[in-house]
Amino acid sequence: MQKKTAYSFPDEILEHVFSFIQSVKDRNAASLVCKSWYEIERWCRRKIFVGNCYAVSPTMVIRRFPDIRSIELKGKPHFADFNLVPDGWGGYVLPWISKMAGAYPWLEEIRLKRMVVTDESLELVAKSFTNLQVLVLFSCEGFSTDGLAAIAAGCKNLRELDLRDSEVDDLSGHWLNHFPDTYTSLVSLNISCLGSDDVSFSALERLVGRCPNLRRLLLNREVPLDKIANLLSRAPQLIEFGTGTYAAELRSDVYSNLAEAFCNCKELKSLSGFWDAVPAYLPVIYSVCSRLTSLNLSYAPIQNPDLTKLVSQCPSLQRMLVLDYIEDSGLEVLASSCKDLQELRVFPSDPFGEEPNVSLTEKGLVAVSSGCPKLQSVLYFCRQMSNAALVTIAQNCPNFTRFRLCLLDPKIADYRTLQSLDVGFGAIVEHCKDLRRLSLSGLLTDCVFEYIGMHAKKLEMLSVAFAGESDLALHHVLSGCESLRKLEIMNCPFGDKALLANAAKLETMRSLWMSSCSVSLGACKMLGQKMPRLNIEVMDEKGPPDSRAESDPVDKLYIYRSVAGPRFDMPPFVWTMDEDFASELS
Amino acid sequence: MSKPIEHDYIGLSEQQLPSMEKSSDKKDGLHLKDTELRLGLPGSESPEREDHDQNVLSLKSFVSGAKRGFSDALDGGGNWVFSGGSGGGTEGLFSPRRGGKNNGGKDLSGSDSGSVLKDGAARKPSVVQEKKPQVAATSSHGNGNIAPASKAQVVGWPPIRSFRKNTMASHPPKNDDGDGNAEAKLGSGCLYVKVSMDGAPYLRKVDLKIYGSYKELSSALEKMFSCFTIGQCGSHGVSGGDGLSESRLIDLLHGSEYVLTYEDKDGDWMLVGDVPWEMFTDSCKRLRIMKSTEAIGLVTRKCLLPNK
Repeated sequence: MQKKTAYSFPDEILEHVFSFIQSVKDRNAASLVCKSWYEIERWCRRKIFVGNCYAVSPTMVIRRFPDIRSIELKGKPHFADFNLVPDGWGGYVLPWISKMAGAYPWLEEIRLKRMVVTDESLELVAKSFTNLQVLVLFSCEGFSTDGLAAIAAGCKNLRELDLRDSEVDDLSGHWLNHFPDTYTSLVSLNISCLGSDDVSFSALERLVGRCPNLRRLLLNREVPLDKIANLLSRAPQLIEFGTGTYAAELRSDVYSNLAEAFCNCKELKSLSGFWDAVPAYLPVIYSVCSRLTSLNLSYAPIQNPDLTKLVSQCPSLQRMLVLDYIEDSGLEVLASSCKDLQELRVFPSDPFGEEPNVSLTEKGLVAVSSGCPKLQSVLYFCRQMSNAALVTIAQNCPNFTRFRLCLLDPKIADYRTLQSLDVGFGAIVEHCKDLRRLSLSGLLTDCVFEYIGMHAKKLEMLSVAFAGESDLALHHVLSGCESLRKLEIMNCPFGDKALLANAAKLETMRSLWMSSCSVSLGACKMLGQKMPRLNIEVMDEKGPPDSRAESDPVDKLYIYRSVAGPRFDMPPFVWTMDEDFASELS
Repeated sequence: MSKPIEHDYIGLSEQQLPSMEKSSDKKDGLHLKDTELRLGLPGSESPEREDHDQNVLSLKSFVSGAKRGFSDALDGGGNWVFSGGSGGGTEGLFSPRRGGKNNGGKDLSGSDSGSVLKDGAARKPSVVQEKKPQVAATSSHGNGNIAPASKAQVVGWPPIRSFRKNTMASHPPKNDDGDGNAEAKLGSGCLYVKVSMDGAPYLRKVDLKIYGSYKELSSALEKMFSCFTIGQCGSHGVSGGDGLSESRLIDLLHGSEYVLTYEDKDGDWMLVGDVPWEMFTDSCKRLRIMKSTEAIGLVTRKCLLPNK
């Protein structure tokens, strides 16, 4: 006992010290020092991030961390964004909300991504967390405006409501009316995903008018252009604004009102929306352009020269999202005007067309890589690429942290040499030592995976489609990429060998997705038997696996580590390869 | 470009990292026969896989035919090798510069790809969906490849979110001609609508653009929702091909139990099938497989016509 008093800190001081440690990794490290640190740390941890909602159960979280104020949960695998995960797969938030309702009455922040959120869940949230300040539903689904009405009515301290990219069943636009007249604390509102009847404009206007701290407002497409001026005049303090539809007949009064309204927003730094945009109304934002750090025109069908002209007026841009209407010429202008550019995303305007409809090639990306020294994050859809271009890009931008290249024909070769793009992507991983995220496309052999395994030591997320020739490729990645957390693979000839040889690696990762590959049912069963801390989920909509041979490839495979064991909410087309399954069938 | 280093796989226990041995007796590519795989825990026996290689070989060729549904415009693209287990060995199947491990459009145009698959389990490649041929598929890089008449769309590629796809579907891409091409281009893209079925615990989504007729849509829906009605059919699970369960299901849908309805742009619920297919896809917002008992009182388009 004397030893303890001589060498230990009072708990309160340790707790105070811990309060300065925000990073989850550091917190985790501190909790492992000794038992008393573990105890103190768990009582004062306030923020939780659960990257896979099935990796742990709410009961376990609550048991360890009794006083959480902020939680972030992610549900479905990333490929659900591209319709690879059938509806009903899972990712339900209700069990979490139900358990947390009793345990965390002081919860302030809920952030959900790719989860199924029902109106019932939202009603429970509104009822249980009176101090809720932040609700972010990113790419979620399963709820309607009724659930939103419950939130509006119940969460009196709400500051941020963000429905980014979620699918909301539109029932009534009057949910906004449920914010009481006394409610004035809104700071951030993103309703850009809502449909036609979801927003009562007058309620929105009144809400905006009475919230002096509103800094971020992203409207949905249905808000007409001629209403924006009024809205902006009520919120000149906005920092981030997303328009609704940006098309209307040119009328001088609308035009001048709009120009004036934008001009009065002295702090505006970020613009988005611009659905259906017509060139006529673009100049109204010129007064804002010089200040803009973020511009999202990826829903705007604006073409050159109007598009390029707009871009050339925004020298402070750090983040640019745009359609391929910008073309190589526009990207060259971007490269010469926007020296602070950090993130570029170029989306395809006609992804399913047979012929290119715009002149956007690898040259545009090369130009930006050359002209923008701070470029770190790229998402680029185009139709042709060459190794030479990729090598140049890699050499120009050794600071890349995220590089995603999507060639619309996913197995297309270097258009100049007709070779694979191994060398190009190899250069990317070799030069960009801080690369955390990589998406490959184009004709790729096992070679590129060898490069990745050799060089991409900080890579955390890798997306692969239609690439590789054999299991060696997968083996290179699993054995070489030390920091790998998420691996998602579609349509590659990878089978059992690499997976089984690197089974232990899977426990160090968050998840592995493989669809339309060559992993056999037998291998999945074996993994299920040997690796109890992994959930091996086989997805097949054609029927249960026991109706097929062991050597048959499974349609979709999702493997993730979990301390919660197999889940119980699986739909009929998902089977878990746990010990019971494997033994009962063999 | 350095040659890939050949490795042997060695069985792995939970505590050990894989140790790799370099073997220098191979020059190019990985010969499947020479790699041996075991997954072993200390003290346990790994399963013997004597015929492992053959299984893998046939497995890969089986799968390659099924999975490579994406036609590619590549050099020498005529390498349609994908027989069930023999044919050219591994080199032919997985040679680096050819991408031709696919059905391309050849097998897919118009017919079910089931004919390609020789193994017992007849599996329709679920990832490959046929796009209505609007424009003859030509390679934009003009390598002189013979591209198939209809280019199959693959689920998940290009990787674009549904929100973006649906948004873009409602404004046409840039085209110089004006009228002629606009129609054709508008036809490409996706149109996901939700499908619910009375009694089923969750919704599904279908892309209406990939079907060309009511019949195609109907059979796709039957397959999709068969797992919910199997209880009523009395059979367990869906058999791989056209089995008893499917015909029972068709009876269910076309018989008295369920009707297929849709919500149109005006918010009215209509019976599916009354209007021409194109008109239907233009106006359909969502689908519902409704119990017949509930469908009494539903309007058909014919009733509404005089008013419109």
